[in-house]
Amino acid sequence: MLRSIAARIAQALGLILAVMCLNFLLIHITPGDPATVIVGESGAGDPELLEEIRAQYGLDRPVIVQLASYVGRVATGDLGDSYFFNQSVTSLILQRLWPTVLLVGTALAFAVAAGTMVGVATARRPESPLSHGATVLALVGFSMPVFWTGIMLVILFASAWKLLPVQGWHDVNYGEGLLANVLDVGEHLVLPALTLGLIYLAQYSRLSRASMLEVLESDYVRTARAKGLNERRVVYKHALRNAVIPVVTVVGLQFGALLSGALLVETVFNWPGLGRLAFDSILRRDTSVLLGVLMVSSVMVIVANLLTDLLYTIIDPRIRLRERSNV
Amino acid sequence: MRTTTTRGRQRSFGRLLIALLAVFALIAAACSSDDDGDDAAPATTAAADSGGDAGDDMADDGDMADDDMADGDMADDDMSDDSGDMDDDMADDMAAAACNHGQNVGGTLIIGSTQVPRHLNGTVQSGYATAVPGTQLNASPLLYDAEYNPMPYLAESWEVADDGLAVTLHLVEDAVFHDGMPITSADVAFSIQTVQAHHPFKTMYAPVTTVDTPDEHTAVINLSQPHPAILLAMSPGLLPIIPKHVFDDGQEMPTHPRNSEDFVGSGPFRLTEYEPGTIIRMERFDDFFIEGTPCLDEIVMEITPESTAIVLGLENGTTHLSSTLGPSANVLRLMDNPDVEVSAKGHEAIGQINWLEMNVNDPALSDKRVRQAIAYAIDRDFLSEVIDQGITFPVPTGIAAASPFHNPNVNHYDKDIDRAKALLAEAGYGPGELQLSIDYIPPAFVVQAEYVQQQLEEAGIEVELSVSPDFPTWAQRVAAGEYQMTINQVWNWGDPVIGVHRTYLCDNRVGVIWTNNTGYCNPDVDALLNAAGQEFDIDKRAELYAEFQEIVAEDMPIFFLNTPSFWQAYNPAVMNPPTNNIWGQMSPMHEVWLDE
Repeated sequence: MLRSIAARIAQALGLILAVMCLNFLLIHITPGDPATVIVGESGAGDPELLEEIRAQYGLDRPVIVQLASYVGRVATGDLGDSYFFNQSVTSLILQRLWPTVLLVGTALAFAVAAGTMVGVATARRPESPLSHGATVLALVGFSMPVFWTGIMLVILFASAWKLLPVQGWHDVNYGEGLLANVLDVGEHLVLPALTLGLIYLAQYSRLSRASMLEVLESDYVRTARAKGLNERRVVYKHALRNAVIPVVTVVGLQFGALLSGALLVETVFNWPGLGRLAFDSILRRDTSVLLGVLMVSSVMVIVANLLTDLLYTIIDPRIRLRERSNV
Repeated sequence: MRTTTTRGRQRSFGRLLIALLAVFALIAAACSSDDDGDDAAPATTAAADSGGDAGDDMADDGDMADDDMADGDMADDDMSDDSGDMDDDMADDMAAAACNHGQNVGGTLIIGSTQVPRHLNGTVQSGYATAVPGTQLNASPLLYDAEYNPMPYLAESWEVADDGLAVTLHLVEDAVFHDGMPITSADVAFSIQTVQAHHPFKTMYAPVTTVDTPDEHTAVINLSQPHPAILLAMSPGLLPIIPKHVFDDGQEMPTHPRNSEDFVGSGPFRLTEYEPGTIIRMERFDDFFIEGTPCLDEIVMEITPESTAIVLGLENGTTHLSSTLGPSANVLRLMDNPDVEVSAKGHEAIGQINWLEMNVNDPALSDKRVRQAIAYAIDRDFLSEVIDQGITFPVPTGIAAASPFHNPNVNHYDKDIDRAKALLAEAGYGPGELQLSIDYIPPAFVVQAEYVQQQLEEAGIEVELSVSPDFPTWAQRVAAGEYQMTINQVWNWGDPVIGVHRTYLCDNRVGVIWTNNTGYCNPDVDALLNAAGQEFDIDKRAELYAEFQEIVAEDMPIFFLNTPSFWQAYNPAVMNPPTNNIWGQMSPMHEVWLDE
């Protein structure tokens, strides 16, 4: 098991290096540079200023030299400085990491929990009105683009009914005490997490429904029922454990897409996370920040997939036993 | 037995996982709730200490900053009293006595903005994004009223030498920086030298040779030639007075860490929190040199990429003031809301002008008749009244209508398709024989570009839209002269020397955006601009600029479309909103107060 994890981590490091180089080259192919943006922000400029800015950040060197310098710096844990803010990329990312983790984590937990529950409920009575209704709602949820859903929720809950905050992740005037702050952040979290989670809820409910329908037809479930176990125990103790494996697989695979969705949601809700930082950095050609965010995102996706593999072995011990026998 | 043990382990692991998730959630919540502290989220907390230990308290104890700022009385409790135990009533009384309007003072003004400052030091960074917070944090020698009249600020008086070769500033004597150090003429000299060396607007202080400091409160600015623009260049957004004792430490000014961290300013508010691209929090500076101000406890700038969120905030009352309202639909929507005030006043000095500029190095566009034909084909009134739904105002010249140097008596090129076709025929182009492309600043100007495309096709010119994905791509194309026509927006920046000359001077074709990007060159125009730039007599100066505008209208390197007013929307509770001066929010808001 440990050897397997070590091998995966070694693979991951190689992957991160490849992603880093690819990102660097792709970003440098795009037209425009940070100096143009900085001069643009200034409302005026001259060639000396452009050259001064390019020299300041080493942008006047050949791309391959910049790449080598970048990789060398990252190897020592230095992600460089933001061209735009002139602050360390690490500090900028740390400022934005928690909001993103909170948003993505909440949306994911909501989507997996609610999606699985809906899937199980509808699989138990596949021809019931509840099942048909849930199917329609899942298709609607799946069809709605994240940004549209976000705007609609803002219009309803923040503008028309004024029930929830419009934007940000906490009030400008902080509440007093930890509980007030937690409630404040929680209140701000509802709409973004719902927006991001809805589309995945739809997917997971469909997936767990299909999986549950298949599992409920299997021999061991029939045997359990024949032995007289009550239905709830059969479904939630025996069937669900197997039915949830495809959901776990998809969660791991879709984690990258979830982060991409977070970019849109963070922009719509002014949620100060990594997605918004990446979006703004693209527009500013703030290459060092963008590369830093992409690298952190890559690490998060890789870690998510590693955790998915670990979860398999917890949910289904046969996988671990099979791995052990292969070793 | 073995199976049972495995299941037991699984159960334990599952419980452990749940426990870890719960701990994680608590940590996340705790971190999120304390984001201006000094732990997980390293927001920059600048707590310069003017009178006691409050700065240390704030730096050491994020909770204290939170709690007290929420009450709005931290400044009173800790900044003015070492013991830090002044009670709330005393603090309120002190605040009430502090504001010279005699109203209920205090409160937090929340400004919504889409503008992201790089940092807060306006001596090395121009632009609206830096200037709005920068003018709250730093004072300047002069203020300007709504009629372009200079007013005393850090300089209580000033004189211009008869020959125009020196400007003497007499500074107020009791002004101090946020760290308690006195503001002296040495700081003024240092600030001017910094602007001269690093600010993008080189023309502002180009003629300055030296700055003499005969005493602590007198600064004499010596000039190589008469330079009337220098007075306007001492406005809040253009010459913030920064502390020499902080910045003159040998580090590079454009990348100096104190440009955004531990910021020490000279203005009415001091920085307490700065998260790049997210929030800027500033609290009242009690030792500000204008007695009885500022009236507010705090100004908080919430930065959001989406103007729609700002509009919703204004409607909900969670945002008090904004000037970045986005497209015309947003402005019109707010105008219909009785709970929001909307004004086009303030910011007149910015003088932003939307225009269609033509690359005169292009073979077809090098012919003046083609450029004039294009002008005759476009209806700028329709563009303002219908396309922009009345929130922009037609302008026939490159000097904004609010400027004392604006000349409305130039050829307006009122729409005349027949005349356009005739001019094209004269130039040798029949219907459909001339193909051009039009660029635009993405994404804001696509509608204007499409309208121009349609109008030119009516005159027999085939036009293709050239779409750039974002600003840097567009800027690079235009700066390199790789375009035929483009919709552009350029700001006057108060005085023509700062924001107008750069577009027309022959020697300013330097391959950088917002310089002379059309390639236009007319020695007569150069001579007029150079003469106007040195003329202190305002009437003579206006005559020179009037002639300049007539020549440009005739040569038509640029067809001026309209001026989009800098609309400000604000909550009716905002008293003395920044609509009463030519720089709007790029001026100190020390007299703004909330009637809540």
